[in-house]
Formats: sequence, structure tokens, C-alpha cells
Amino acid sequence: MTSRGFSPTGIRFENIEKRYGGLAALRRIRFEITPGECVALAGRNGSGKTTLLRIAAGLVRPSSGELTFPAARGAASGPSKTEPIRERASAGFVAHATMVYDELTAEENLLLFARLQQTPNASTRVEKLLREVGLFDRRDSLVRTFSRGMRQRVAIARALLHEPSILLLDEPSTGLDPQGVGWLAATLRELRDTGCTILMSLHGESEISMLATRAIRLDAGLIVADTRTGAEVRSILTFADA
Amino acid sequence: MSLLSSTTALLGKELRTEFRSRELLTTTVVFILMVIVLFSFTFDPTYNESRRFGPGLLWLAFLFAASLMLQPCFLREQTNDTLSALRLSVNDPFAIFLAKLVANTLFLLFTELLMLPVFAVLYNVPVLRVLGQLILVFFLGSLGVSIAGTALSAISAQARMRELLLPLLLLPLLTPVLVASTQVTVGLLDASPFLEWKGVGFLAIFDVVFLTALWLFGEYLLEE
Repeated sequence: MTSRGFSPTGIRFENIEKRYGGLAALRRIRFEITPGECVALAGRNGSGKTTLLRIAAGLVRPSSGELTFPAARGAASGPSKTEPIRERASAGFVAHATMVYDELTAEENLLLFARLQQTPNASTRVEKLLREVGLFDRRDSLVRTFSRGMRQRVAIARALLHEPSILLLDEPSTGLDPQGVGWLAATLRELRDTGCTILMSLHGESEISMLATRAIRLDAGLIVADTRTGAEVRSILTFADA
Repeated sequence: MSLLSSTTALLGKELRTEFRSRELLTTTVVFILMVIVLFSFTFDPTYNESRRFGPGLLWLAFLFAASLMLQPCFLREQTNDTLSALRLSVNDPFAIFLAKLVANTLFLLFTELLMLPVFAVLYNVPVLRVLGQLILVFFLGSLGVSIAGTALSAISAQARMRELLLPLLLLPLLTPVLVASTQVTVGLLDASPFLEWKGVGFLAIFDVVFLTALWLFGEYLLEE
């Protein structure tokens, strides 16, 4: 167990395929993310990054293949626990869309999801996160009155509510100003350092991409590059953006 | 306990968002009002005619209004992909359906009770003496409409011709509810009112069967 109270969990993709009719969105995806690793997914639009993240989140069922969540060696939950991610309620997911309600206030949104996730001390946790994302003063404003960047901050706060052991981020810096990107990078660094497994799709180099200890590049649903070497990680991320 | 607490939290969200936007209630009330008023102009409703045609007309108006009201039920969860957030957050996906169908039943029931005095005045039908039984029929009928409508709304929200699909699927499926509700209401508006228990029993069975089916298979309707 880490200081944040969860057991580090990895993700193992075993020959994952996803087809939409005749279109193969993902083909023969096979790799493992070790607990506590921070992996950046790169690739052009339509390369399969979002589909892969949604499969990892348990939102999309793969056409074939298996997804498992091995726990870290020596972790309290055992070495090969493979429960579905939703049942463990251990994943935080930030998608393209904000996944929050426009007709609710920032505080109401976070309290709703905290209650659904049965987060202990929900009100305290929500207040803490609202302060962290810099929206405490606007907590009573409806989300529909927020800018894109402010909505993204609410979305990130929602994903962090239950202190997830796995964080799945689909272009998390969308809409954030440089200050927001800096805050997100610092938050992700702290999470990574406390053992949270991070899988994120990115475009190009940024403060956030610097956190990645591994980069995987997808092209037309296939993994075409996978590296843990620092220089190559940067190269994969910048090449994908070219 | 988890199902109950999740449903309560989600029901609170449904009611709060509706009372802030008032999208569903306003359109439903206006639609039913228009149908009732327009039909009252097309024929002169004497007391006998009203008792014969009134209940069928009233339930048809409720049914068409429900198909309008249920359309955005899951559609508005797609705007910000909030359905995905709900799926990731709840332990039992049935809570999502349960909250929505309870909210839809409450909205329908509220609309029906609001329209009942208008119907009674325009069609010269005494309703006060059978108000309790009418509420029972409205409740069972609305529950049936909401259960089937909420399930079909989840299906149609993911389809291409979603605006057309829901009424096309919903109206034939709800024909038995329409017939049973109308028959029971005819009995209640009779000169010597009586409660047709066969119709009430049918509505109750319909509700139980469809609610059980939704509980068993609802999770599959939410998958992408």
C-alpha cells in the first residue's frame, strides 16, 4: 500500500482487437504497463489511442483479447489480481468530453460523483480538490458558465476524487492555459511518484509529456514503437505530432 | 444499500437538472394541453361522448407526450459523455436506469395530474369522486410507460435515426398499456364508476415484467 492508501496496479493488454464493422480500430495490441509506470500514447488522429484508453477504462468491450490488471508484487491484494477495472473502482478517466453536467455547479458535480463512488468524507475531499484546481471561489457556479479550461479542471478533479490507482487521460491538457498545464504536470508527477499507474494520450512535447517514462506509438491500430529510453520517448512524442 | 444510495444520488441529479432547465416538463405540459384543447374544439363533448372517447384521447395524449419527454432522457447524457462517467462510478448500472425511470414517472405523473382538471372541465367529466382510483391508474400506466421508454431511450440514443426510432419502437410496445389504462379509466368515468381490477392487474404485471427485464439486461443497453 502507498501513502495514498491504494495498492499499485498495472494494466496488461493481451492481443486486444477492436473492430467497428469492417474497420479495425485496434489490431494485436499486446503490452503490459507495470504498476506505477507513466506511459504516453502517441499517434495521429484515428490511430486508436482513444479506443485503447476507453477499453482500458472498461467503457468499450474489445472484439477479442483480454485485459487484466495485475497488482504490484507484494501488494496487499496479491500478485495477479485480474478483476474488471470498474468493479475495483480504481481507475480515474479524463476523456475528450468533460464528463460533467452543465446544469450542475462544480461542487454539485463533484459531490454527485463522490457519492456514487462512495468516497469517504466526500465533502472534505471535494472542497480540497476544488481548492487544488483553483475553482473553490466558483464552486457555486453552473459548469455551463465555465470556460473550456475551467471545465477541464472540473473533469480532472472528478477523475481524482477517489484517489485512483490507475489514471487514464485522453489529451488531458485540452483547453488548459500554461498555468493549468503546470498545475496538471505537478499533480501527475506527485501521483506518479506515489505509485499511481498513468496511461495518457498526448500530442507533442509539453510539461506533461516530460513525465512519461515510456512512450508507445500507434499507427492505424497497431503498435509501431514502444520505448523506455529517455531520448526515444521524446522522439516518439514529437514524431507523432509532425 | 449501494443501489439505493446511488439511485438516490442520481435521482437528485435528474430532478435538479430538470427543474433548472425545465425542458421536459414545459414541452410535455404544452403538448398535452394542445391535444386536449384542440380535440375539445373538433367535437362537442356531451357528457356521454366524453365518457366514451375521453379516456382514450387522454391516454393517447399522455403516450405521445411521453415519447417526446423520454427522447432526451439518455440523449442529454451524450452531450458531455456523462453516461461514461456514470458507468465508471456506479457499482450497479441498474441504478442509472432506476433513477431515470423514477424521475420520468414523477414527471409524467405530475403532468397528468396537472392536466386532469383541464380535461375534466373541457370534457365535462366528473373526476373528483374517483380521484384516488384515477391516481392509481395514472401511476401504474406512467410507470409502465417510463420503464419501457427509459430502456428504449437508452437503445435509440446510440442509433443514427434516434429521433424517429424511439416513437417507432415505443408506441407499438406500449399498445397493451394504452388499452388497459383506457379501459380502467372508462370504467372510472362511467355514470356508475367501477374499478376494473383485470386492467389494474395487467398494468401491474406489465410493470413488474419489464422492470425485471431491465434489471437483468439493462447493463448491456449502456455498452458502447
